[in-house]
Parts: sequence; structure tokens; C-alpha cells
Amino acid sequence: MPKSSSQKSVDELTYETAFAELENIVAALENEQSSLDESMKLYERGQALVKRCAAILDKAELKVKQLTGDKLADLEEAE
Amino acid sequence: MIQLPITNYQFPFPFPFLKLHYPINSGILEWMQPSLFASVQWTVSTLTKYIRDLLETDLALQDVWVQGEISNLSRPASGHIYFTLRDAGASLRCVLWRTEALHLKRFLQEGLAVEVHGKIGVYEVGGQYQFYADQIRPVGEGVLYQEFLRLKAMLEAEGLFDSQHKRPIPAFPNRIGIVTSPTGAALRDMLTALRRRLPLVEVILAPSLVQGEDAPPKLVEAIHSLNHLQPLPDVILLARGGGSIEDLWAFNDESVVRAVVSSGAPIICGVGHETDFTLCDFAADLRAPTPTAAAELATPTTLSDLSSTLETLDSQLSNRMLDLLSAWRDGLSALKDQLRFFSPTRRIQSDGQRLDDLAHRLAVAQAHRLALEANRLAGSRKRLETLNPLQVLGRGYALVTRRADNVLVSKVAQARDGIRVRVSDGEFDADVTNRKS
Repeated sequence: MPKSSSQKSVDELTYETAFAELENIVAALENEQSSLDESMKLYERGQALVKRCAAILDKAELKVKQLTGDKLADLEEAE
Repeated sequence: MIQLPITNYQFPFPFPFLKLHYPINSGILEWMQPSLFASVQWTVSTLTKYIRDLLETDLALQDVWVQGEISNLSRPASGHIYFTLRDAGASLRCVLWRTEALHLKRFLQEGLAVEVHGKIGVYEVGGQYQFYADQIRPVGEGVLYQEFLRLKAMLEAEGLFDSQHKRPIPAFPNRIGIVTSPTGAALRDMLTALRRRLPLVEVILAPSLVQGEDAPPKLVEAIHSLNHLQPLPDVILLARGGGSIEDLWAFNDESVVRAVVSSGAPIICGVGHETDFTLCDFAADLRAPTPTAAAELATPTTLSDLSSTLETLDSQLSNRMLDLLSAWRDGLSALKDQLRFFSPTRRIQSDGQRLDDLAHRLAVAQAHRLALEANRLAGSRKRLETLNPLQVLGRGYALVTRRADNVLVSKVAQARDGIRVRVSDGEFDADVTNRKS
């Protein structure tokens, strides 16, 4: 059984961690014998992770900041 | 008539058709004296060709850097460029073919002091020797190039460019640092590429000068400040758009090279154009031909890669779940069959039958028993009847009771007052007289 990222709400996960957990879940469903109940839970978690990842990809917008000294500020890009 | 000894001399070089026509063995003065009787050996063409071959087979004239000032610059529609290179004492006609001219024409102008690389050749039609140029640079770049080579050799010997120092570029960066001019096209190009490929990343620009004397310390400072970030950028792009060797010179500065080598985050260097190499290119973990290419190399995995991988994983997940569900369903229906086989219904049915059977047997036994009892009852009744005291009355016996208290009179003494006598068909009263016992 994969540690389901200690079952954090998927909305808190970064793309990387969500994707890694999703991979684990698919592997677990493929390789391990778990009860129907557990499998359903894994599947539901997996579905939520897929949604989370897709949402991150859909909303992705390059964040550009400028470093001045030690301070980070949003960069005003000249068009 | 003087017979001139003719020596047939074969060049080892690719001119087997050439013959030397002057007498090698005769004294030079003797040879200088024209012989009026000698036959004409040359045409203008063969002589010019001879001269051409002389000049063009001299390797010292085929790979030359020559310095001078540009004059008589002419750019006809053909695209080739013609000019004369001159100094105080002499001039040299130069040709720059169109293919080379494309790269170089931008800075050529009258009076410019340049260093030109090329070879000497002969234009036979015009009867001119001229210089075929292939590279032109402002005077002074040669010195820079020497300095470049010296620094490169030194840093190379120190091992700064060794491939074992190169760090891998992460496949999936979260944070990308950029060191470049905040106003240059390079920044715009890189941001465009990153936005197109992997807009998930966070970009942090450490603005810096990228040319001029003040640029090296600024570049070093920018690299350092990115390396002080928490968390550290996954990769740093060190970039600048194209320019002359002098424009790019800051990226050959020793302090900048050392900052690149000692950077904690891997650095991709994308300075100038494809053909430009700077020492930072050698020192960086990865060299990109242009700033855009640097941004592309920093994002080996793109958003569309991620999307398609996610889709694959999604369908894997669903398919696996469907498989699992159908396996569970199959298991369930197998169990159902088993359950049906061992179901109590069968038991109940067979028990019911047994019950019917028993009930029938019970009924039969009951009837039998009842009949038996009825017979026994009839027998008993007969015997009872024979024992009935009233039965004997029929044979003449009588039953005597006292009228007063209905006591059965079986002794003389009991016979007091009035008595009642019962006989087989009724009774009558009598008085007691004459008692004897």
C-alpha cells in the first residue's frame, strides 16, 4: 500500500507530489491484492489526484519574479 | 643562335600541365638579355594563369590576416562586396562574396580599420591580383581572441571545464533562475519559450548588465544572489542575445567563469548566436546555442508531455479499476452459485417432505389408535354393563334405600322408617315391619 501522502487533501499537493502519488496508486492497484473497499478508496483518491493534476496544468501561468538584493518582487514585463 | 636548355619541371602540386620555361642553369644576367630569336612561348592567358598558379599555390598567401583601412567600398546588387584595403604605403583590392557578406556587411564602412582574413588570388579577366576575404573584424579583436585563448588554456588546465564537474539538468524544474539584462530581447525570448513549454515553473530574474566593463561584477553578483535563494533554483539560465565579440566579452571574464563553476544550481549558458563560444559556455553545465535554446534545454519535459502522461495514467487507473470491479463481480457471482448450491431452501424442501410424510404417518397411526380405543371402549362398556348393579334388577333383585336419607339398605338395622324399593322397571315405597336378623 502506498502511503497516500498521509492523506493530505489533494488541493494542497503540488503537481509533483500529486503525480507521484497517482503513479503509486496505479501501481498498487495493479500489483497488490487489496479489499474491494480499499481498492475503491484508492481509485477515488486516484481520480481526485488526476483532477488535481489536470487543474494545475490547466491553470498554469508562468510566475516571473525579479530579485533585487534579497527581495523578490513580481516582474513587470515590457510588452 | 643560342640554344636555350629547356628544363621540363613537373610540379609535385596539382598543376601537371605547368612547365617552367626559364633556364634554371644559365646565369641570371645571361637570361635577362632578351633573345630576339626566341620563339613566343606565352599567351596573355597562359602567363596570367601561370602567375595565378604561382600565387595561389603559395600557402603563405592562402591563410592570411591583413590589417588596413576600408576605402572604395562598393555594394553592387549582386550582393558581393568590393573594397580596397589600404595603409600609408599600399593598397589591396578585396572581394567579399555574398555568402560571407551576409554576416559581415552590417559593420563595414568607409575608413574603418579592420583585420581581414582570406587568401590572395588572381582575377584573370581583369589582370589583377586581389584578396578574397572571408572574415572581417574590427582591429583589436585579434588581441581579444589571443586573450580568450590564453584564459581558456589557463582555466582548462585548472580543470574548470572538466566534464566530471558538469551537473545534470533536472527533468522537471520548479524554479528557474535567469541572469540576463532585464530589458534585452534574450529575456523576452526565454520567457516566451518557458511560457510555451512549461508555464508551471516559477522564474526568478536576477537582472544584470551583460556588456561593458561593469558587467562582470554584476553577473557574478546575480549568480551569487540566485544561489542564496531558499529554495535554490533547480537550474540557472545565463544568457545574452547576439553581438560582437566585444559585446559578449563579459562572458569571458575569469571571475564570471569561476562564479559559473562554483554555482550551487546547475547553469545553462546561452550567450549570443550558435557560432559564438564564450568561456562561460565551457564552464557551464550545459551550453545552449541561443537564449531560447537555453530555456528549452532547461525544460526537457513540457506541459503537453505532462498532459499526455497524465492522460495515460488516468486511463490506466480507470481501466485497472474496471478490471478489478469485473474481477470482484465474477468472484461474487461464483460465490452466489456456491451459495445457491448450499442454500437451506433445499433442506427446507426436503424437510417439508419429511414433515408431510410424518404427518401422514401420524394421521394413520392416530386413526388406528382411535379404532383400537373404540373397540376397547366397546368391550369395556359391555363388561361395565354386565357389572351394572341395576342390570341384576332385571333378574328379580331389588335395590332398597331409606326414603328419608337415601341410604342404601344392605343390613336389617338400616331398615328404618319408610323405604324405597327399586326394581327393573321402576320403584315403589314400602313400610318396614317385622324386622328380623
